[in-house]
Amino acid sequence: MTFQGWLEIALVLSAVLAAAWPLGNYMARVFAGDQTLLSPVLAPVERAIYAAAGIRRDREQTWVGYTLAMLALNAAGFLLLYAMMRVQGGLPLNPQGFSGLTPDLAYNTAVSFVSNTNWQSYGGETTMSHLTQMTGLAVQNFLSAATGIALAIAVTRAFARSGAREIGNFWVDVTRATLYVLLPLSILLAIAFVATGMPQTLAPNFEAATLEGAKQTIAVGPVASQEAIKQLGTNGGGFFNANAAHPFENPSAWSNVLSIWSMLLISTAMTFTFGRMVGDRRQGFALLAVMWLLLIAGTAIVYASEMAGNPLLAAAGVDPSQGNMEGKEIRFGQALTALYVAATTGLSCGAVNAMHDSLTPLGGLVPLFMIQLGEILPGGVGSGLYGMIVMAVLAVFVAGLMVGRTPEYLGKKIEAREMKFAVLAILILPLFILGFTAVAATLPAALSSLANAGPHGLTEILYAYSSAAGNNGSAFAGLNANTPWFNTTLGLAMMFGRFAYVVPVMAMAGAIAAKTKAGASSGTFPTHGSLFIGLLVGVILILGGLQYFPALALGPVVEHVLMLAGKTL
Amino acid sequence: MHTIVRPAFAVLLAFTLLAGVVYPLAITGIAQLAFPNESAGSPLARDGKIVGSSLIGQAFTSDRYFHGRPSAAGSTGYDASASSGSNLGPLSAKLIDRVKTDAEIVRRDGEASIPGDAVTASGSGLDPHISPAYAAVQMARVAKARGVPENRIQAIVAANTEQPDLGVLGVPRVNVLLLNLAIDEALGGNPG
Repeated sequence: MTFQGWLEIALVLSAVLAAAWPLGNYMARVFAGDQTLLSPVLAPVERAIYAAAGIRRDREQTWVGYTLAMLALNAAGFLLLYAMMRVQGGLPLNPQGFSGLTPDLAYNTAVSFVSNTNWQSYGGETTMSHLTQMTGLAVQNFLSAATGIALAIAVTRAFARSGAREIGNFWVDVTRATLYVLLPLSILLAIAFVATGMPQTLAPNFEAATLEGAKQTIAVGPVASQEAIKQLGTNGGGFFNANAAHPFENPSAWSNVLSIWSMLLISTAMTFTFGRMVGDRRQGFALLAVMWLLLIAGTAIVYASEMAGNPLLAAAGVDPSQGNMEGKEIRFGQALTALYVAATTGLSCGAVNAMHDSLTPLGGLVPLFMIQLGEILPGGVGSGLYGMIVMAVLAVFVAGLMVGRTPEYLGKKIEAREMKFAVLAILILPLFILGFTAVAATLPAALSSLANAGPHGLTEILYAYSSAAGNNGSAFAGLNANTPWFNTTLGLAMMFGRFAYVVPVMAMAGAIAAKTKAGASSGTFPTHGSLFIGLLVGVILILGGLQYFPALALGPVVEHVLMLAGKTL
Repeated sequence: MHTIVRPAFAVLLAFTLLAGVVYPLAITGIAQLAFPNESAGSPLARDGKIVGSSLIGQAFTSDRYFHGRPSAAGSTGYDASASSGSNLGPLSAKLIDRVKTDAEIVRRDGEASIPGDAVTASGSGLDPHISPAYAAVQMARVAKARGVPENRIQAIVAANTEQPDLGVLGVPRVNVLLLNLAIDEALGGNPG
């Protein structure tokens, strides 16, 4: 690790904070339904959508209505995307003439993009037409991100309101999230990305005659417009197979900085929006502090571990000073590669600028564990905030047990009903991650997909199900996931990881909204100070550790010990 | 049911139009006007012929050229329509064998210490860059094959070494294709 490396990390994170603060305040205005800077341009478009859709913006929904509306939009999105991919061969804007996808791959990919996971069982430049990328996949990048933001805003309202039945109107929230937040930011970012060298064209691949006289076919496409929303919406689904390691998806150190900045931006800003909406900014700061403490700790471990490199290569006479370079690009440097690895998994982004399969054992353990901690560090747009709120509820409950008082969070009493829903949500992820991993590890049909043997192979499977259920989408990509077994089971993990998680969270929000907000008393445990931050960090780590340590011990931990012993697999 | 089905499809179609058609086409239009070269994929032409993209690495095997990193893209490497890393884990016997084989090739250039990037495959398989250390290893070979003193090659490498942006972002690096083009230009053409 070098001083310059940490300076790079500090610069990027400072730039995120500087932009997230005004954005957080702006989003609070957007979701309060207030006039904003962009209203003169966007309000007519917004009104036209409401008129066409028959939406009455002043009519709010209960948690049930809100959740059903969310499920309806996502079901419609799934159907359209699935159909589009199945018949892509007969649709226009398909310059490479790619044919339709198989049913299992189309199902997997449609669930993947609707659930904001963006797991990719396919290679983009060898499978998807420009039309599918632009009007199919990218649209779900917008709507799945907007869905996450809307849900987080609804949960926030539940804490902000007192004795309320309604928690907002889903249609209005999702429309405003897309129109006022995601689209304007994407336009700016896409143009900046093109300036760094990212292609944006509808032309087919072009041919080059290399200096040594060989033929090189270079795949291009509307990359920048898709990359912008992929990062901002913490989607992570790449245009190309190599994702953001591909020079066209991440051409330079500058584009790399912009990519990290943009994927952290909205999730960070949401904590400020939260603080403002619940009327106590310090509450948002506390959640952000927990998120970033663990994010920075994860970055430090990846950075140190990758710089320490692979002793087996050093034994073969390779100079260790560059660190582990397998699966990494030169132009980003180890520091901002490490930050990318930790951020993309602490978020539910899943874009990668280095191949996680080739990270050192401990460098690969970090992204895996960041995902397993529940995608809340700082988590996907929206989903990170509501996931962290669930953990905060759990933390105040634990604190309440310790001192023997009824726990409260933001003036709302946390009682049996809310706790049941919170715990139900928390149990969904390990059920799908550990359950499917256990089954896959014994099935010959699944094991034949592995690229690596021994503990690394187990890690490939564990990572795949963690990534799917956590809606991350990054991979230990050696695993050949484009098989009926993996397409189907990963599809189920993605679907339940998103929607079976969010339904109990919304039920909890409904129960919380109905409670009257009480003022703080002398017995109230403050949820904005360092004591709470420490408690919340502890709850997250202990809960994650208890659930996943046995599996991690058999995967990356064993592999690390073998590496130190100089063993190959 | 009608109360959620209609808004679901209407909102979906509205944003398919706005975010799926208007947005990418508008960005395409702006990009092609403001950044015609970048938006097309940064193609590089020599004597009117496209020889590659300045962002995409290509395979070099001749002693007269600097070589890029090992590549796992496509079946033979540097396939710019099938990007991929090796995805081999750090303990993989395949990885260690490949590194040893590639290390032998690099050692022919006469250096005992092998820079890390010289024997590791990049994430994309299309990394256009090498480290200055790996470029330095290859200078003597290229100079000998070209029949010029090594300091001429050294000067061209120095001129083609990119420094970290703002002095802090990224690492020093050499774009192999641009370097080889510069050498061809300085020392006279491509012998074919």
